[in-house]
Amino acid sequence: MGTPVTVIVGASHAGVQVAASLRDLDYPGEVVLIGDETHLPYHRPPLSKSLLHPHDAEGQVLRPASFYAQKRIGLRLSSGVDAIEPGERRVRLRDGETIGFDTLVLATGARARRIPIAGADRPNVLTLRALGDAVALSQRLAQARDVVVLGAGMIGLEFAAVAAAGGRNTTVIDTTERPLLRAVSVEMASYLKDLHEAHGVRFLFDNGIARIEGKGRAERVVTLDGQEIQADLVLIAAGVLPNVELAAEAGLAVDNGIVVDANLQTSAPGIYAVGDCAAFVAADGRRLRIESVQNATDQARCVAAAIVGRPEPYAKAPWFWSDQYTAKLQIAGLWTGYDRAIRRDTADGSGFALYLFAGDRLVCVEAINATADHVAARKILGEGIALTPMDVQTPGFDPKAHMRQRAA
Amino acid sequence: MPQINYVDHSGTCTPIMVPLGDSVMEGAVANGVEGIVAECGGSAMCATCHVYVDPTFSALLPEMGEVEDTMLDLAASERHDNSRLSCQIRVTEALDGLVVRMPESQI
Repeated sequence: MGTPVTVIVGASHAGVQVAASLRDLDYPGEVVLIGDETHLPYHRPPLSKSLLHPHDAEGQVLRPASFYAQKRIGLRLSSGVDAIEPGERRVRLRDGETIGFDTLVLATGARARRIPIAGADRPNVLTLRALGDAVALSQRLAQARDVVVLGAGMIGLEFAAVAAAGGRNTTVIDTTERPLLRAVSVEMASYLKDLHEAHGVRFLFDNGIARIEGKGRAERVVTLDGQEIQADLVLIAAGVLPNVELAAEAGLAVDNGIVVDANLQTSAPGIYAVGDCAAFVAADGRRLRIESVQNATDQARCVAAAIVGRPEPYAKAPWFWSDQYTAKLQIAGLWTGYDRAIRRDTADGSGFALYLFAGDRLVCVEAINATADHVAARKILGEGIALTPMDVQTPGFDPKAHMRQRAA
Repeated sequence: MPQINYVDHSGTCTPIMVPLGDSVMEGAVANGVEGIVAECGGSAMCATCHVYVDPTFSALLPEMGEVEDTMLDLAASERHDNSRLSCQIRVTEALDGLVVRMPESQI
């Protein structure tokens, strides 16, 4: 038997972490990490936050080039995979080269959803997913006066915050009735909507874009209900689609993501999927896909452990963050299924947290400028420490004290 | 450029010249210093860039913010009085020669 080979398709947060963790765990084989972008793998969250302030077209690298060499990680950038051939246990690259594997990890991520809108092919109509998108967007933003964002999800709102804070007339249009329908509770969405409106953002809910008009470039947007809105920059932030095509064509099970079992293995033995593209079963039994750094890196570590023969079911409590204006939103857990939100204000009044319960069970804590609540929630949810609605409502409730007392 | 000395858990020191204004975390990551993970990229969300600052430099450091103070409670290795998140320490001339020790584990 020769040296085992692990091939990782996709070189962003998840893929890079699989490679790094394999080396941390003394994996004896070859590690090949295939990415289709030209840049060294980089941090994605800043693309919709600080990177929109144009200062660094290189982005913020996850690791320097020397890291991959030192760790004997065969990083192949600008190199797309055309096909997986599970029977032959090899992948075929775009240029025809084949690479054999013993273990394959799909970290193919997701791509911005494109909506078939007349006029969406104008040069000042953009999406935001990759470093190049962020650079283009920041250049356009510098020249823009009237910004229209389609989609009130996390990316749409983060971009709207940057645009509005920079003095642009900013309109956010969404087909649903509120912002962040997938990401936060009704109560938190309401707070964030007010926050944006206080900064001058105009929202149009239960609405959409019928067409984009202008001579050569977008000059205005016509909404579904016939309003005309001036626009010299349009961001389509209508969510993402998981990159499942390679897996589907190879005959792997796919259902809003690449279907994986408790150990993040796909329907084909020895082939795993992690990160944005992986549809896994959460602790509560639901199958879901999570688009976050935490999910990408924790799943990557889980798979690396499985590859070196130490499989453990994936069971990490999710967490997320977002920066909008001076509000730092920190989320621990998943909000869906809650039936009760209890608000706790920080002692100095500068922040608050929403404790979301399903019955008596804490499912999520959404914090605004309330890091203590977030940190405690990560411990409480991650370690299964009991916390009841009564606890939170007790005058003088201190989340960190609760966490320490119960953890001890 | 100020020199920052990164000492790993086994005691090996890696001196790095870090540009003014960069964080101590960025200096480590850009040069592939192991022992600082910085999973969240400097957003003070993950506590995987935890370091122990040599006490002789304590007075020269920026004051710890509440977010950092709280996030340190999530650090994988034990928190001490000289614990900091290296993403929150910007390099200044005064920090030339700074010694930071990295914990046994960041995850």
